[in-house]
Parts: sequence; structure tokens; C-alpha cells
Amino acid sequence: MYHDNDRSKLFSRRALMLAGGKGALISALVARMYYLQVIEADRYTMLSEENRVSMRLLAPPRGLILDRNGTAMAVNQHNYRVLVVTEQSPSLDYTLDALSQIISLGDHDRARVIKEAKRRRSFVPITVRENLSWEEVARIEVNAPDLPGVLIDVGQSRFYPLEHLGAHILGYVAAVSENDQTNNDPLEELPGFRIGKAGVEKIYDMALRGRGGTSQEEVNAVGRVMRELERREGEPGVDLSLTLDIRLQEYAAQRLGDESASAVVMDIHTGEVIVMASTPSFDPNAFNRGLTHEEWKDLSTNPLAPLQNKAISGTFAPGSTFKMVVAIAALEAGTISPEQTVLCRGHTELGSIKFHCWKKGGHGSVDLVNALKGSCDVYFYEIARRVGFEKVAEVANRMGLGVPTGIDLPNERSGLIPNRAWKRKALGQPWHPGETLINGIGQGYCLATPLQLAVMVARIANGGQQVVPHVARDLIVDKQAVPRVAPTWKSCGVSQRSLTLVRKGMNAVSNEPGGTAYRARITQEGMFLSGKTGTAQVRRITMRERETGVKKNEDLPWKERDHALFVAYAPEDAPRFSIAVVVEHGGGGSAVAAPIARDIMLEVQKRERARVAASASYDVAEATSFDAHMAVAFGNEELQHDHGHSCGDDCKDHG
Amino acid sequence: MLRPTPRLSSRLNRTEMSWREKIWQINWSLITILTAISSVGFLTLYSAAKGSLEPWAIKQMVRFAMGISIMIAVAVVDLRFWMRHAYGLYALSVVLLIAVEIKGTIGMGAQRWIDLGFIQLQPSEIMKVAMILTLSRYFHGASVQDVGRPTFLIPPLILVMIPVALVMKQPDLGTAMMVLMSSGAIFFMAGVRLWKFGILLAGGLGAIPIAWQFLHDYQKKRVIIFLNPDQDPLGAGYHITQSKIALGSGGIFGKGYMNGTQAGLNFLPEKQTDFIFTMFGEEWGLMGGLFLLGLYIVLTAFGYAIALRCRSQFGRLVALGITTTFFLYFFINTAMVMGLVPVVGVPLPLISYGGTAMLSLLFGWGLVMSAYIHRDLPIGRRGGHDD
Repeated sequence: MYHDNDRSKLFSRRALMLAGGKGALISALVARMYYLQVIEADRYTMLSEENRVSMRLLAPPRGLILDRNGTAMAVNQHNYRVLVVTEQSPSLDYTLDALSQIISLGDHDRARVIKEAKRRRSFVPITVRENLSWEEVARIEVNAPDLPGVLIDVGQSRFYPLEHLGAHILGYVAAVSENDQTNNDPLEELPGFRIGKAGVEKIYDMALRGRGGTSQEEVNAVGRVMRELERREGEPGVDLSLTLDIRLQEYAAQRLGDESASAVVMDIHTGEVIVMASTPSFDPNAFNRGLTHEEWKDLSTNPLAPLQNKAISGTFAPGSTFKMVVAIAALEAGTISPEQTVLCRGHTELGSIKFHCWKKGGHGSVDLVNALKGSCDVYFYEIARRVGFEKVAEVANRMGLGVPTGIDLPNERSGLIPNRAWKRKALGQPWHPGETLINGIGQGYCLATPLQLAVMVARIANGGQQVVPHVARDLIVDKQAVPRVAPTWKSCGVSQRSLTLVRKGMNAVSNEPGGTAYRARITQEGMFLSGKTGTAQVRRITMRERETGVKKNEDLPWKERDHALFVAYAPEDAPRFSIAVVVEHGGGGSAVAAPIARDIMLEVQKRERARVAASASYDVAEATSFDAHMAVAFGNEELQHDHGHSCGDDCKDHG
Repeated sequence: MLRPTPRLSSRLNRTEMSWREKIWQINWSLITILTAISSVGFLTLYSAAKGSLEPWAIKQMVRFAMGISIMIAVAVVDLRFWMRHAYGLYALSVVLLIAVEIKGTIGMGAQRWIDLGFIQLQPSEIMKVAMILTLSRYFHGASVQDVGRPTFLIPPLILVMIPVALVMKQPDLGTAMMVLMSSGAIFFMAGVRLWKFGILLAGGLGAIPIAWQFLHDYQKKRVIIFLNPDQDPLGAGYHITQSKIALGSGGIFGKGYMNGTQAGLNFLPEKQTDFIFTMFGEEWGLMGGLFLLGLYIVLTAFGYAIALRCRSQFGRLVALGITTTFFLYFFINTAMVMGLVPVVGVPLPLISYGGTAMLSLLFGWGLVMSAYIHRDLPIGRRGGHDD
């Protein structure tokens, strides 16, 4: 230990000095702590109260809506808005004057801005105008140096490029109103936020919305935003693919024309709704923009009810299209055999009341198939009487009538299939035997939606499976799109024998001379349809009228004319699609509804054939997905040509 | 409590100690106090995550467990081993610092670490320990006369200035200051005369205008803001102002555990790292702050006791160097969040969330522990047995 003693002593001395220094520093810390937390505590407590973070919500982009082939039905557009911050502009009047020189600015907008400016704090931006064109945006940007306090802001707004087409299924979005149900979604609090108000926009609203992001902003005591502290982006909404084929939808809408009418085509196996047309239609963009009072009045008081989706919300007496159900009920109950005949003399009697067949001279002796073919009312009066309406109603429910189909659209109506219990409850009256007869031909209390009729036919054609229709291709589970698995439906509990017989009758209606829809048959090989006409009376024909001669339908006021109905499935030999067409106050089912249904069904099948051909060529060529895409596109082209031809053929055929 | 019995002492006064003897010598009080401080950190991190072990507290606990293992491993390694490898470690650190510098130049922005996959290695953290070991070794063999010669002091000054310059360039002002100050402490402990410090200090002050030119804009801003925080309360002075509000509003007894509004509302920046003391102070008040300060003081006292008890100059300098570095950590951090010194990125030791700082600190305490275990071990000039 050569010099360690010296060093050790020196070290100890220095350690003490260093410790002293540290002690001084720690004293400073303690003093500072005391100063902050004791002496100044009150001041800082107050300041901490004033410190507040405000959360601002960021709206996620709404999910797109596409048809089955990927055609955009609902998209999001940039919505350019011009805003003004009053405290940054020299004077509001000056700024508005300057703005009105470069963009159009109504007096109404001006008054609103000035009113709002008085109400709000001077640093809050006020919307001057929305939906600026690109040119207007450019003009404002160019003049920006002369427009202090003017901001351009980009929001998103919903746009429906197809306008009237498919509007009822799409629905629309609009600003949240007080009456809307809240889903505890903070997004609804956003000014200018739009929610789905009808159609799939409504029913899949939550999935389409996505999840809102947040921006945390520090605000001072007066609420001025000082800075953004944290930003969390939300999740965009789910893109929704529909089962609709917009080209067919367009065709159907055209074919229905200006009538107040509806057509539904669905896949009888999967339940996919391929066409759901309801005319007249409306432009959903108007709701997003905001309707004027006049526009709203026009839409809501129009007797043709353009806002109503008649396919699911319009209920009509099914008329003779109900006869299949009565036939099935009687066959299942064993009350009749297929060969049993009923003699139709043009009317039948129950007590003192006369019940008429539509065919004045009567059908003569008819069995089940012939009764359907000629739509003999007397035959069905008779078998309805024998089987009783309780049983008919029960079968009708299983076939999809009188109960909601469960389609994924809002405002579906369940229609009505009456029975004793219902009548006692709803009307407080007992069931009259005559009502069995009247309801047995789908008149009386019976009501059904076009969709229900399409479902009924689908269940007849698919062998009695309780197919449920839907419009979204994927299932939406927890805001996520999950592909549907091949569905297994419950059985209607109806024997194949009954269904085969009924289908035979429907085949006769369309494809045998003398059938009520023979003139509206499909002649293309492999595309034959089997259908059933219906003409639903709207008003009661009085005894006096019968004596003086029933007025012709065309002579009646529109509101009192008959509804024309037609239901069918196709192809006859291997059913795939079902259709229901209802033309409100259109006249006779065979003359008005059947040709429309025939044309639509032909178009549906041709398109399907082109699609199959395209995918077959894809299989053979083992082409890339790009080629397949081209093949489909090519197939579609062909279809359009075909369409021109077939129309000509049809016209010749029925001319 | 640190005074061993003379008998034990004589037994320790040998060239070699068996592993069992070393394990017996582990200072559990030191480990307890380190655990106590770290536990304050776990609690605060749990609160910072609004009552959740994720994402911070649980990871911090794992790192602490790792750190304690490393510490014990370092402690039982012969002190002479550390002395022999001091220069090598220093050289390695310098190489790593240069590597980071090059990588940082090629990459984007200020990069202070090398990614080893399982851990992100900060060479500046290693340098803090290596610097202390190097200077301790240098002064270990120096007599009082040696230290008195100015020429003798030039090599260690260069040894200090190289890493300081490199760290400055990263730019990591906080670490540069720390290395400079803890080195200064070792110079001081080695017996360098006070007037020499006076000259250096005067020279340093004179160099401030020149150094100012080399500071980054944000660093200049921080210093200006420190000198006048009210100038821009919502700009760069934001951190200090918010921190003072949070601390001050805590009062004497605090707002209660998990009830800190400022941190909860995210007014507090980096509440889990550099500003964790603010959060702790807001929730536990003056009393909590004093308690934590007390723990730190006790730990520092342990370091001093070990240093004074150590027979070798190397052990003494290492123990005191590490203790001083640790002291500087908590002093600079707490002084910073209270607005006493400018905001520099220095974590609160053992409490702030962060892996490398925790590991390097416990590595350092492992060296102190090693100095304790080998307190009676005489070490020769070159790290061998007494020569």
C-alpha cells in the first residue's frame, strides 16, 4: 500500500464535499416541490380545471353498395364546402360580397350565414355553401389571398349514380332527425352526419357506417381548439354487394313503365332477389341534398306512391294467384282427388247468395289441372268450401303468405290471410260460410305483397322448401360481411304429389292453348315459363250492376280498376327463378301482367345463359381471372344483341 | 450496517474468493431499496395505462427481473476483471457510437440505438458505464503527485471529450451533460485541485457562445423556453407548463392513486417516460414526492458508504461514479419536470418506462455491488494482485 493512506483520506474529504453539493441540489428540489405543491397549489389546481381535452369525431367513409356484378349503386363523393371564420375576415359583409362575385351565393345562404355568425363564437367556421363544383373551388383558391378567413373544406356525401334505378332497395341517407332511433353511436352527434333512412341503407346502416375515428384536441377555457393531441383513424364502413342485377332491374323498370306496379324476380333455391322493381320511383339523391317543401309534398301525396316499395310494402288481394294454395290445401287434406271434377255453370250458390265465375257461360266440367288452366272460380269456391278456410289459411302461411318473408329490407308488410280467430279478434265478428268462398279465390280479406307471391311460387317450384328471400349477397355479422353458405331450408310440409299437380296446372296456364296466359308464353326452347294469372277486384260488384251489365274496367275511375297480377316460375322443366308482377289498377292479369312477366323472365334467363356460357368458356380455357372478366363482359354484349332480336320475335308471336 | 466484522474482513483480504463467499456477500439491503424504487415505477406505470398492466407495467417488471439478474452476475465477477477490461469496453463503446452516427447519417433523423433484435442497444448508455470504468482505471494507479501534474490530466480529458462530442452530435444533449458531469465527479474524487475545475468552468462558459452555434434549433428553443417559459405556453413551453400544472395541482397529498386528471386527460406529454415524476407527483402530492426522494437519497447513501469502505481506489471511484451518475439522473429529471432545468431527455432512473436505461443502471449498480463484495481486495496498479 504505497500511498493509499493519503489517497484514502483525500477521497473521504472529497466525498464529503460532493455529498454536500448533492445535498444542496436535493434541498433545491425539495424547495421547488414545496413551492409548486404547497405555495402555488391553488393556482395550479385552478389551471388544471381549465385544461380540458375535447374529443372530435371523424366520420369514416360509408361503405359502398354494389349490385351483383359490381356496378356501383351508392358511392361517396367529395363534397367541397366553403367556410368562413368571422374573426379572420375583415368584415363578414365584405367577405360575403367578395365571395358572391366568384361563386353563386343566394340571399337565403347569405342570411343564414349572418344569422349563424351572430350565434356562434367568432373562431368557429361557418358553412357558406356546400357541394361546390371543382371550378368554384379553383376560383376560390386562386383568390384566396384576397379572401382572409375563407376556408375550403372537403367532406363526403352520398351519391347514387343510378338515380331512380333500384332506389327502393337502396333507400337513402339523410340527416338525423329527432324521431330517429339512436344506436348510441357517437357519430350521430356529428353535424351533417347522414344515416340510412330506408332500404338497405337503413337495415345495414351500422355496418355501412363503419366506426368513427377520434381526434383529441386541447381546448382552452373558452373552447377554442389549441392543438390536436392525438388522432385515431376510424374504420371505413363495409362495402355491401347486393343480389340485384341492375341491368335486369333496369329492364323490368322500363317494362313496367309509368304504371303503379311492381315486379320481383328471385332465385327459388338460394332466395337471392335478382329484380325488385317498384314504379314509379324517386331519386334518392334528393333526400341526401335535402328536399324542399314542395318536393316533399309532391312525393308524399302522389297517388302512385313513388316512395313506397310496393314489392314489400304494397299489399294486394292475390286474386286467382291464390288458387294454387287452395288446391294444395285440398289435396293435402285429401278432400279432393286430382281426377275429381266440378261442374261450372258460371256461378254457384250458397244459401241464397250467388257466387259468380269470371267466365259468364261457365267452364263446364273441370278437374284440378283444367280448373287452374282456365282459372275456374266455381271449382275453387267448391273445394274451398269442402276443405274449409282454416286449413287453407294454414297452408297459405306455410307457403309464405300472411307472414313476413323475412327479407333484409325495412318496412316489409305481412299481408293478411284471414281465419276465424283473426276475424273475431280484429272485427269482433264470427266467420261467415260465404267468406270461405270469396277468400278461396284470393279476394275478400286476403292481402299479399308481390314479394310474398314470388316466394309462394318459389316454394311451389323448389319442391316445398321454405326459401327466404334476401338482397345482400353476404351475411352481415357484427359489422362484417361473411359469405353465405349454401342454405338448407325447412320444408313446407307439403307432399311432392300435390306440388307436381299444381305445377302441371300452372304449366297448362302458360303452355296449353286455352290457358289464361297462353298468349304470354315463352317460345324459346328450354326457357318455358309456368304461371298463373290473377285479376283482383278492387270494388264490389253490386247485384244491380250484374243485372244492368258490369261496367268495363277501362270505364271505371283509375282507383276502382282491377289489379293485374301474374306469378310464374321458369324454366318449366328445371325451375330456377320465380317472378311476381302486380300492376295496380292495371286491368286483367293475362292481358297486362303476364306479358310483362314473360318479357322479364325471358331476359333473366338469357342473361343467366350468357353468364353460364361465359364461365364455361373460362373453365375450358383455364384463363386468368382477367380473361374471365373479359369473357363476362363479352357475354353481356351478346346479351344485348339477343335482346333486340327476342323482342322482335315476341312481337311477331303475339301480334 | 455496512461495517463488516474484522474477521470477515481479513478473510476477504485475499486474492481469490470462492463463488459461495461472494454470494454470501451480496448486499440484500441494496437490492431491496432498488426494488422499492422500481416498484414505485410499476405502480405509476399501471396508473399511466389507466389501471392496466399493459402496455407498460408488465414489460417494466420483466426488464427489472432481467436487470436484477444481470446486476448479481456483474457483482460476483471479480472487480479486477472489470478493471482489466475497462479500456476495451470504452473502445467498444466509441466504435458503437460511431456506428450509430454513420447509420444515423444514412438513415433518417436522430438515431441513437442499434437494433440487436431482442433489444435496442443504446451505445450512449454503455458509454456512461464505460466512461466511469475507464477513468477509474486511469486514476487508480495515480498517486496524489501524479494527479497534481496538469499533463497527467490531458489523456483522460481527451477520453472524456471524444464520447461527449459524439453523443452531442446525435444529438443527445442530456446524455452528453451526464457523461461530462459524472466524469467531472471522478476527476474531483481523484483529487484534481479545485482551481483547475475553476479554469475549466471558465473556459466552458466562454465556449457557450461557440457551442450555441452547434445546437439544433429545437435545443436552442428549449433553453430559451426554459429561461422564459411564459413566452410560448402552448408551443414548446407546453411540456414544462403542463408538468407544473399537474404537479402543482397535486398539492400536499395528491389527487389519489389513479385519479390524476392531467395525465388522464392526456395533458401530460410522455407521462410514462420522461414526465413520469409529474404523474406520480400529481397523484401522490408532496408527500409522495418526498417519499420517492427519500428512497433515492437512501440509495445514494448506500453508494457512498460502499465507496468509502472500499480498499481499492478503483472500487471507490467506480462506486462513487455510478452513484453520482444515478444521482444526476434523478436530479436532472425531477428538476426538469419541475421547471428548474431545461427539458432534456433524461429518464427518472428505474421508474421511467424504457429498457436500456433500466438495464444499464442495474448493470452499474452491479459494479457498485462488486465493489462492495470485493471491498477488501487489494488491487495492483495494473489490475493484478498488489504489486
